[in-house]
Amino acid sequence: MTLGKGPPVVIPNFGQGSSCVRGDHTLCWSWVRDHWHDTLGPALVQHIELTAIAVGIGFALAFALALAAHRVRRIEQPVGIIAALLYTIPSLALFQFLIPFTGLTWTTVEIALVSYTLVILFPNIVAGLQSASPDVLEAARGMGLTRMQTLLRVELPLAVPAIIGGLRVAVVSTISIATIAAFLLPDGLGYPIFLALKDPTPFKTEIYSAGVLAVALALVCDAALMLLRRTLAPWARRRLA
Amino acid sequence: MTLADAANLHTFVDAFRFIGDNFGFLLGKAAEQLELSGAAVGIALFVALPLGIVLGHLHRGSGIAIGASIVGRALPSLVLIAAFLTLLGIGFVNNMVALAVLATGPILTNSFDAVDRVDPDAVDAARGMGMTGTQILRQIELPLALPLLFAGLRVAAVTVVATAPIAAVAGGGGLGDIIVNQASYRLAGVLGASICVMILSAVVFLGLLGLQAAVTPAGVRRHRFLGTSLEGSPE
Amino acid sequence: MSDAAEIVFDNVTKRYEGRGGDALHELSFEIPAGAFCVLVGPSGGGKTTALKMINRLVSFDSGDIRIDGRSIRDLSAVELRRGIGYVIQQVGLFPHMTIGENIATVPRLLGWAKERTRARTMELLELVGLENGDEKRYPAELSGGQRQRVGLARALAADPPVLLMDEPFGALDPITRFRLQTELKRLHREVGKTIVFVTHDIDEAISLADRIAMLRQGGVLAQYATPDELLAHPADDFVAEFIGGDRALRRLALKRLSDCALAPGSSSEGDPPAPSTMTVRNAVSLMLERKTEALNVADGDGHILGVFHLRDAEDLL
Repeated sequence: MTLGKGPPVVIPNFGQGSSCVRGDHTLCWSWVRDHWHDTLGPALVQHIELTAIAVGIGFALAFALALAAHRVRRIEQPVGIIAALLYTIPSLALFQFLIPFTGLTWTTVEIALVSYTLVILFPNIVAGLQSASPDVLEAARGMGLTRMQTLLRVELPLAVPAIIGGLRVAVVSTISIATIAAFLLPDGLGYPIFLALKDPTPFKTEIYSAGVLAVALALVCDAALMLLRRTLAPWARRRLA
Repeated sequence: MTLADAANLHTFVDAFRFIGDNFGFLLGKAAEQLELSGAAVGIALFVALPLGIVLGHLHRGSGIAIGASIVGRALPSLVLIAAFLTLLGIGFVNNMVALAVLATGPILTNSFDAVDRVDPDAVDAARGMGMTGTQILRQIELPLALPLLFAGLRVAAVTVVATAPIAAVAGGGGLGDIIVNQASYRLAGVLGASICVMILSAVVFLGLLGLQAAVTPAGVRRHRFLGTSLEGSPE
Repeated sequence: MSDAAEIVFDNVTKRYEGRGGDALHELSFEIPAGAFCVLVGPSGGGKTTALKMINRLVSFDSGDIRIDGRSIRDLSAVELRRGIGYVIQQVGLFPHMTIGENIATVPRLLGWAKERTRARTMELLELVGLENGDEKRYPAELSGGQRQRVGLARALAADPPVLLMDEPFGALDPITRFRLQTELKRLHREVGKTIVFVTHDIDEAISLADRIAMLRQGGVLAQYATPDELLAHPADDFVAEFIGGDRALRRLALKRLSDCALAPGSSSEGDPPAPSTMTVRNAVSLMLERKTEALNVADGDGHILGVFHLRDAEDLL
């Protein structure tokens, strides 16, 4: 895992380099090719790492909480309200909020990202677990399935579409928010953009290439999860986004 | 940015002191931010609201609505702001446009959903009674769609208000000016401004909730305002 | 698993929590092994409650229920239920499993070998009138009637000696309902299990049952008898009213011309002849329509078997 080591600052040298770079055209492929391995590539990898950690931890926590709320219904309301409130906190503000506690580290960023992921996933998983209709549950009980068996063989499989739906939103949102991490750390795809903005004459290619990568990453993950849902739950043919 | 001392709780106290000391200044900054946000959301409403409503009424173009929500989520605000900075220069307009684009996603998707999902039985009954399409839209669909419409508006507004600090790097002004300028304002100031942004988001959220309650006809007022409409991200 | 089991309700009482009165009051009756027993009555009469006590989905306060002499409280609830088939009105098929997987649920729970389960599944599909290949489909692809057939197959999968059915045909249209009732009767003749069936429809009860247990408000057993006995001698006004004012005609619907002794020869006013499969009730209706009192009865090939007179119908009652 790369920790806190960002890509080197790229100062476009308008005196040298290709004519494209000198003229600051919109997208210089030569620049992209030249600097893939020292700027865009590492940033992409860091971004994926940031996202993966956040979604992984967030999912685990949300799942545990959702299972608890499924058992003890009274938990659902308060957790849901806290979640909704957390969601309104702007990410940059949340980052700043955490800094006095955890400093300018990946931990700070991850805590915030995990929070948002949790907030998105919790209601989705809960809704998924509750999606089994009462007669299905009654039939299961009447047939002699224990509670655990009902959970594992009926409620969880039926929750898969909602869970994956939540994952789609969570993953894409996290990729998006992770760009803001660049305000704190020199990591992720936000950093090239952030740097470029600091320059009085921002270098367009750097901005656009990093931006396109971020969007592409998000869209690829979204599509992959959609495919996953089709594979895992062939019986669910709904027109949800 | 320099490495701050970790776990420094008295930074919080400093932050609140900062807020207290600079209240007028912060209020001005907040007003700036609201102005930018308001303009952006206004544009988005102007463009996306009618489009979403009409498409929803005709029950067409669900692909557009779904696509808007996916793209809206996948497009990081930082990228938007940076892109428009390069296109429109530094200042108010570039950020207004960037934020407007950001707000379009939730508004389009939610206004489509809101009208598209109005109780089909009610619409059927109305058509059977001889109402024209426009009458159905105005008298039946729109009133029933209000909760979800407002949900979309709320998400868009809160997202925009929350994103504005990021616009500070592109000359957006507002409380972001403080947040990205730790050198001048120190951590206490940055933290204080962040807290102010949080409060501002909450105020906007509650304000719109209040507006929704005031505008929604009694019969439609649902018990759950806080829908799980998870369009847009808290940037 | 045995083929069929005897079920005994022994003074079963269940009190309502809070408010006064009983959900079931000292309910006692015996269902012989292999019988088709229908619990019928108005809503709130406790018939569904009584049914659900058999597989312990509902508890009772006093008394006992025994299956083949053994109290249902001797086993754990889960074990008990795996040995009893249970069919409900909304079917409750697992949407995320194929038909085949749905049917295989209890065998899987019991640890059956895969081959045995598969063979049983195909056997059951045929038994309930579904087709080869249906086992790969999902519940969402089936019609209401087909789903209920699957529900039946699923309940029978582990070959339980008892089958509980709670208004299983209530959500279906009349044509499908009639078709499934007919098939259920055929199935019962074939597999011979004890079936306990709940309905509020007295016609359905009369059509299907070997024995009818009629429960009135407050969970009291109003009458327990064969359909014919119930129609001929209702125990009290409640039963008579529930059956309806036309119970004499209903009794006639239970018999067919082929069951009756016919006068030899044929009658001049008895043509065109009626098939011997016709119910006596329809025969009476026909005679009234024609304003005659005699009807020639013919077999499948058209040969006249004899004459049925209107007064013969009276003798049946």
